[in-house]
Amino acid sequence: MEEDVLLDLEKEEYIINMGPQHPSTHGVLRLVLSLKGEIVKNIEPHCGYIHRGIEKMCEKLTYQQIIHLTDRLDYLSAMINNEAVCLCVENALQIEVPERVKYIRTIMDELQRIASHQLWWCSFGMDLGGLTCFFYGLRDREKVLDIFEESIGSRLILSYYTPGGLMNDIHPNFQKNVKKFIKYFRKILPEYDQLLTGNVIMQERCKGVGFLSKEDAINYGVTGPSGRGSGFSCDIRKHAPYGVYDKVDFKEILFNEGDTFARYQVRMFEMRESMKIIEQLIDNIPEGDYTAKMKPIIKLPEGEYYQRVEACRGEFGVYIESKGEKYPYRLKLRSPNFSNLSALNAIAKNQKIADLVAIGASLDYVIPDIDR
Amino acid sequence: MGVIGILLAGWSSNNKYSLIGAMRSGAQIVSYELSVGLSLITMCVLAGSMQFSTIVEAQRDGWFIFTGHIPSVIAFVIFLIASTAETNRGPFDLPEAESELTAGFHTEYSGIKFAFFFLAEYMNMFIVASIAATVFWGGWMPLHVGGWGSFNHIMDLIPPFFWYFGKTAVIIFIMMWFKWTFPRLRIDQLLTLEWKYLLPINLVNVLLMALIVMMGWHF
Repeated sequence: MEEDVLLDLEKEEYIINMGPQHPSTHGVLRLVLSLKGEIVKNIEPHCGYIHRGIEKMCEKLTYQQIIHLTDRLDYLSAMINNEAVCLCVENALQIEVPERVKYIRTIMDELQRIASHQLWWCSFGMDLGGLTCFFYGLRDREKVLDIFEESIGSRLILSYYTPGGLMNDIHPNFQKNVKKFIKYFRKILPEYDQLLTGNVIMQERCKGVGFLSKEDAINYGVTGPSGRGSGFSCDIRKHAPYGVYDKVDFKEILFNEGDTFARYQVRMFEMRESMKIIEQLIDNIPEGDYTAKMKPIIKLPEGEYYQRVEACRGEFGVYIESKGEKYPYRLKLRSPNFSNLSALNAIAKNQKIADLVAIGASLDYVIPDIDR
Repeated sequence: MGVIGILLAGWSSNNKYSLIGAMRSGAQIVSYELSVGLSLITMCVLAGSMQFSTIVEAQRDGWFIFTGHIPSVIAFVIFLIASTAETNRGPFDLPEAESELTAGFHTEYSGIKFAFFFLAEYMNMFIVASIAATVFWGGWMPLHVGGWGSFNHIMDLIPPFFWYFGKTAVIIFIMMWFKWTFPRLRIDQLLTLEWKYLLPINLVNVLLMALIVMMGWHF
């Protein structure tokens, strides 16, 4: 008799659709939640609301054109996505890009990472309810975007890299402005900490909430800052360096707590590491061409090629299978957010709705990257 | 009373988000009502009356926040926290919690009906700030410092009207200030804060104030 009652109580769950139109899913992600009061019993992510078939589209586009589609994946790490395709094509053709290109690419990647983490920080603050973070973060991100705009002409979807080099050379003011930004942002970052990191309410909300063990992180393939928050050493910049990452001195940020606060901390420290990398490179950009000599029509030799890079949210991989034509036969993208999202149920089960929002913010998913 | 409107609004919209918001607001407002009441009672003990005009009159020589020693400061802080929670403003805006429940209890309302909710929220804030200004900051009484004759005289020249609305505006500014700065609490943390911290502190505070008034230690 008692067991029946308990069973009935167990079943007192109700389904609620979080998304596709919801302020804290950061896009058109739909999470079907089974709730028991305020407690989340099960999360079922439904993807596909912004599926554009980018992988399929790539099969009818030349390699130069593919670059422009990769911007539209994780639009906050557009540069880094571009770089993955470029490196993949360059490795397949076995061309050596000029040193100058490598330096500029690495600097741009790190600027992109800072911009992305800034936006993550403001949306994190907003998801927790602190709206000042949003204004602070966007104010400073604007400065990075201004640097991009000056050299590249666009701000969000940049398409700056091409196979073999860059679209155009950097602006003469680039170095000066980057140095000015670094100086400014070093002063501003402690302010971020004062506003949010040190806040009692924020720490109460994040510490010990949303635990992801190292084993689970590896099993689900959670990479990037989210994986490193669980102690999973997965920084591609360290493990398989590309660009000039092997020449610069930087730390891979690792936290072993595995909770929301650890994932938060990883990103906060990563911004500092990115600034360190840029500082080491910005004065040493070698002179030279901004692109290697390339044929107008790129044909990859027959075979399979894979290149992975460290995007802002984790490991981004490009797999190209070529039949020797100017289009890839098949192109597969390994997007970090998709794997990170798959761990959401394991992390947020039996937590409260408010925690689910905080966990989602700490995983920092970008929906177009999930759906591709 | 304030809770009924929100509870019914959330419940009757036939939306699960609204229902969660309404339930949260029920738990929240009922709990924080206690703290608001108790901190006001603390000040009533000091004033010796529950009539607003008498309370203000008693602050002619010094506002209660200065004359009431530590208990009145504690009462003021608790009143500020509890009344923010009472009016559903951040960091206690759980009933509407836009990042969790889209808009909580007023998700399904639009147009003038939504405007009424918002007007009511802001009206509540003004009322709460007025009460705080009256009870803690001396209502329409100007700022007087003992012994500073000419300073007090200049302060007297400012009309009471400006004093009252100035004080209210400052309190509203403080409330808006921390709404934008602080992240939102979780529902269980919110109730823990009330029942485990604010309420016991408040009860002790009333006793402390009674002791001070009994011994005549206040200024």
